[in-house]
Amino acid sequence: MSNVLELKNVRKSFGAEVVLNDLSLVVPEHTATVLIGASGSGKSTLLRCVNLLETIDDGQIFLDGKEISDPLINVDDVRRKLGMVFQSFNLFPHKTVLENITLAPIKVQGKSAEEARIAAKALLSRFDLADKADQYPDRLSGGQQQRVAIIRSIAVNPRLLLLDEITSALDPVLVNEVLSIVRDLKGDGMTMVLATHEMGFATQVADEVCFLESGNILERGSADAVLHNPKNPKTQEFLRRVHQAGRL
Amino acid sequence: MTERNNSAWSPSSREIERQSSRRAINRKQVLIAAVSSLLVLGTLALVLVTSPGWTTVKSTFFDVEYGKEVFPTVIKGLWINLQLTFIGGAAIGLIALGLALLRTTKSPTLTPFRFLATAYVDIFRGAPLILIILLVGFGVPALGLKGISSNVIFLGTVAVVLTYSAYVAEVIRSGILSIHPSQRAAARSLGLSSGQTMRFVVLPQAIRRVVPPLLNDFVSLLKDTGLVSILGVTDAVRAAQINASRTFNYTPYVVAAILFLLITIPMTRYTDRAIRQRTNAQSAEGAI
Repeated sequence: MSNVLELKNVRKSFGAEVVLNDLSLVVPEHTATVLIGASGSGKSTLLRCVNLLETIDDGQIFLDGKEISDPLINVDDVRRKLGMVFQSFNLFPHKTVLENITLAPIKVQGKSAEEARIAAKALLSRFDLADKADQYPDRLSGGQQQRVAIIRSIAVNPRLLLLDEITSALDPVLVNEVLSIVRDLKGDGMTMVLATHEMGFATQVADEVCFLESGNILERGSADAVLHNPKNPKTQEFLRRVHQAGRL
Repeated sequence: MTERNNSAWSPSSREIERQSSRRAINRKQVLIAAVSSLLVLGTLALVLVTSPGWTTVKSTFFDVEYGKEVFPTVIKGLWINLQLTFIGGAAIGLIALGLALLRTTKSPTLTPFRFLATAYVDIFRGAPLILIILLVGFGVPALGLKGISSNVIFLGTVAVVLTYSAYVAEVIRSGILSIHPSQRAAARSLGLSSGQTMRFVVLPQAIRRVVPPLLNDFVSLLKDTGLVSILGVTDAVRAAQINASRTFNYTPYVVAAILFLLITIPMTRYTDRAIRQRTNAQSAEGAI
């Protein structure tokens, strides 16, 4: 099994604040790596660095064995292989659901409009959104918007899916419909890295859970080991607080 | 959403009572508005009509017979203003879009053009339009360049286009900058290049946002085409001027003003409506 993503001693700071500090991570093919940790621990920054939305200060990032932290790399080529879903959905409000999904397949992958439409409709049907194809995003609930955003990101068949706290902006009753898509994709064998506060969900999908604190991975291991039998006192403290908030 | 049947509903006696008191309040408000309008407007009319010079003003500015006589020449002039507005408007739209894109690009190859675009906007937005018209109208023919028309209508249009392109470029640029960076991040993360992101994601949203202010500029453009009359273009203003200076009766100016208003007032009303719809749409967009 090959490694899709590899981070070696990555460092990133914003001004004086070090957000990622000598962080290393390996994500093998068909696995899900879950990043947990308090807000500001570096989860989102890590995902944005992988997607080259941020430039790292030191270390290396490899995608399928090829270094993508090389400044000479074609950024658009790298992003074509990555799917990213944001906390705030970021659907294009001036385009219908179908147009949101087919934009990249048509303009980036050069598929014909017809081909892209058929593929998009198949994905929408699979995730029970077929009747929303011609709606504009503002007519959809938050859960539906986020599901569309996920479909949009996988419509280009990415090698790696990056999910950045995709349920944090949702009403609790809408969370599950979004997470069930992710579970399905995991079942398909999609390789993914997710930042989340949904510990129950993390237990279900994670092959590896990493606890981040101040830009470092303090503890990593199986979901069972990290979430239910944490060794590090800081992990224990974090999970205790999450538990108090009713999320475990 | 589920549709609920409203046909079976009949208002309760309490609701009927409330409706009748709402109607009573409405009637009272309409009455107050009518009385106050009558008082204010009546007083203004009275002051005007009883002023010592009113008979002179009436015959030199509001001579209906003379107004009818000059109407054909003034409206013929207004046709020039309208042509200038629409032809100029199209050119302004294109140039302004180019300037706005240049000013927001980060491409290193376009760096010199970005500087030039910034300088252009600074100059033409900062200088009075009438000066630009004079400089272009009298300066360009003086250069004696071959192939450049010295037709005053052409030169007047060029001057107006130069100035308005700078105004409109800034409006479009503000629209581009108002699109949240997360939209760009989403587009780039899908693999769209920066050019594709601008064309398919940012610009369509930006233009939609700036339609109301652009309509405002369009109304101003129509009015400002009257300024090319200083070059001797026989537009509505100049036609009125010719007639007025011939007879020392200023009714033609009033005719020209009324004709402009007949076009600009509906346009501004339409703009106001567009702005209202835009505001409603934005509040409906919510988190997006």
